[in-house]
Amino acid sequence: MEKKIIFRMNSPYRDDFRITGFEFGVGEKTVAIVGAMRGDEIQQQYVCAQIVKRLMKIENDGKIDKGCKILVIPNANPFSMNLEKRFWSMDNTDINRMFPGYDKGETTQRIAAALFDTLKNYTYGIQLASFYMPGEFVPHVRMLDTGYQDTADAKFFELPYIYVRKPRPYDSTMLNYNWQIWNTFAFSIYSGLTNQLNTDLAEETIHAIFRFMNSKRIVTDLQRHGYVSEIVTDDNHVVVQSKKAGIYTKLVSANHAVEKGDLLARIIDPYNGDTLDEILSPCKGIVFFAHYRPLVLEDTIIFRIIEVK
Amino acid sequence: MVTEVFSSELPIDERLTIKKNRIKGGNSEKRFCIVTGTHGDELEGQYVCFLLSQFLQEHIDDVDGVIDIYPALNPLGIDSITRGIPNFDLDMNRIFPGDPRGAMAETAANAIYNDLLGAEMVIDIHASNIFLREIPQVRINVKNADLLVPYGKELNVDFIWIHEAATVLESTLAHSLNSVGTPCLVVEMGVGMRITRHYGTSLVNGILQLLKSLGFYRGEVDIENKEQFVSTQGEVEFLNAGCSGVFIPSIDNNQWMKKGEKIGMIVNALEGNVLETVVSPCDGLVFTLRAYPIVYEGSLMARIFKKN
Repeated sequence: MEKKIIFRMNSPYRDDFRITGFEFGVGEKTVAIVGAMRGDEIQQQYVCAQIVKRLMKIENDGKIDKGCKILVIPNANPFSMNLEKRFWSMDNTDINRMFPGYDKGETTQRIAAALFDTLKNYTYGIQLASFYMPGEFVPHVRMLDTGYQDTADAKFFELPYIYVRKPRPYDSTMLNYNWQIWNTFAFSIYSGLTNQLNTDLAEETIHAIFRFMNSKRIVTDLQRHGYVSEIVTDDNHVVVQSKKAGIYTKLVSANHAVEKGDLLARIIDPYNGDTLDEILSPCKGIVFFAHYRPLVLEDTIIFRIIEVK
Repeated sequence: MVTEVFSSELPIDERLTIKKNRIKGGNSEKRFCIVTGTHGDELEGQYVCFLLSQFLQEHIDDVDGVIDIYPALNPLGIDSITRGIPNFDLDMNRIFPGDPRGAMAETAANAIYNDLLGAEMVIDIHASNIFLREIPQVRINVKNADLLVPYGKELNVDFIWIHEAATVLESTLAHSLNSVGTPCLVVEMGVGMRITRHYGTSLVNGILQLLKSLGFYRGEVDIENKEQFVSTQGEVEFLNAGCSGVFIPSIDNNQWMKKGEKIGMIVNALEGNVLETVVSPCDGLVFTLRAYPIVYEGSLMARIFKKN
């Protein structure tokens, strides 16, 4: 294992900003794994730390295939995590909206440029991603439908779902999108949570990443089998929104099976405790996403259900 | 007449309401819209809305048409000094045209978009951010330059910046409207969290001039002749910090500089030394100057228009 400083920048009053990478194996750029890029991606950081720990052992045991190089960057934005801020500590910009970056541009553009310079040309790119809405997911692989995505390879993670979605204009500045444009097979892995730690869900993600690397003969590290992945798109999702604002009490979680008409959640009047609305499942399916903050606005997307017909 | 454009319930005994003020005179049903406050930390447009609303109501006999003024597209952001919509990660100006079946921010964006569709002209007023101070300027996507530059010149701004198209900008309000045939001009001026009164006054006169040329207003307009520059007459140079520290400018914004002239310095306040002397890379007009002193390597300090 070789520990490398990928990017360093001094700060007026803080310690130097450093992005640290851990390289394993010798040879072609085979797989790059990126953890937290935002300051609240604790789960993502944890997953990467465990991957580094396991790769150290695997490398010592001689079980990284010859000619394969693996790079793990557990955290591309330690400054924000140390302040518990999601985005860049000074100007609130999002590094994951700055790719492919610009080395003569603004600070986060330069960080993205340095990162991308290191991350490009890997055969496979895995990013531990998070969602812009607060909630829990069934762990899954997410891919942008750029025309370059490879859902066949995504099945090697053996996670329950592969979610392929149409890119929106703002997605064009994300790492996943740019990896794909630059011929890296890119996968975003949603490990369930953001800003919290769930070690069981993290283990599931870690197993999935090693399953992938094992299937691709990058490492020899047999894992227990996972799922036969189901490919889903927005057409398979039934979105459930709150009709009322108030205090939200959730009765089901991500990965729960529900029947049409099942009670999913209640919205409670914040003054007198009356039930303002009972959220019923509009279909039979699996809860793919569940909002988890205790307050909801009107029209908040509180569940996404993958319909089972 | 003040009406609601969008309304949604908040968790505890409050409604979020986006409002507009409709000022109507004469018989024409043509519509002209002024919007601002997409970013909650940009307040220059507040003064423009106030002055324009007050003026038009006092001169209603000279108005022919509908003038809709939307001073706060992001009321919660303005209230909480938050650039985006609080509790929503995405920039509001990156989610247009919105989604009627989306989350609250997306339904709000969609309601705003639908309300503006079909206007003769929309002016979207921005105020940079808290980091940079801008001279009054109109920004136009190169795809719309032929149509919009003549209108932009009417707005009495110093500079018209025709910028390249970028995929990420396709979800801005201006792009969403322009792409379906509702012309929209983006104004940038001043600095975040502040009001620069003379910029506001100048822009209001420009808006009145445009209203007059489009037939919405037939009264007098107080416009001073000034030289306007269009970016295609030259190039825009970006000046980014070469190191982290405290930026101390030597000049005010809106100054013509010679190549090599000092714009400022980046200093280390702890050790009392100058880390970088910032000089102009060319002869040109400084139309953007950093307002927030702390800089990191890469922080934008100035933009300079270099005339050919």
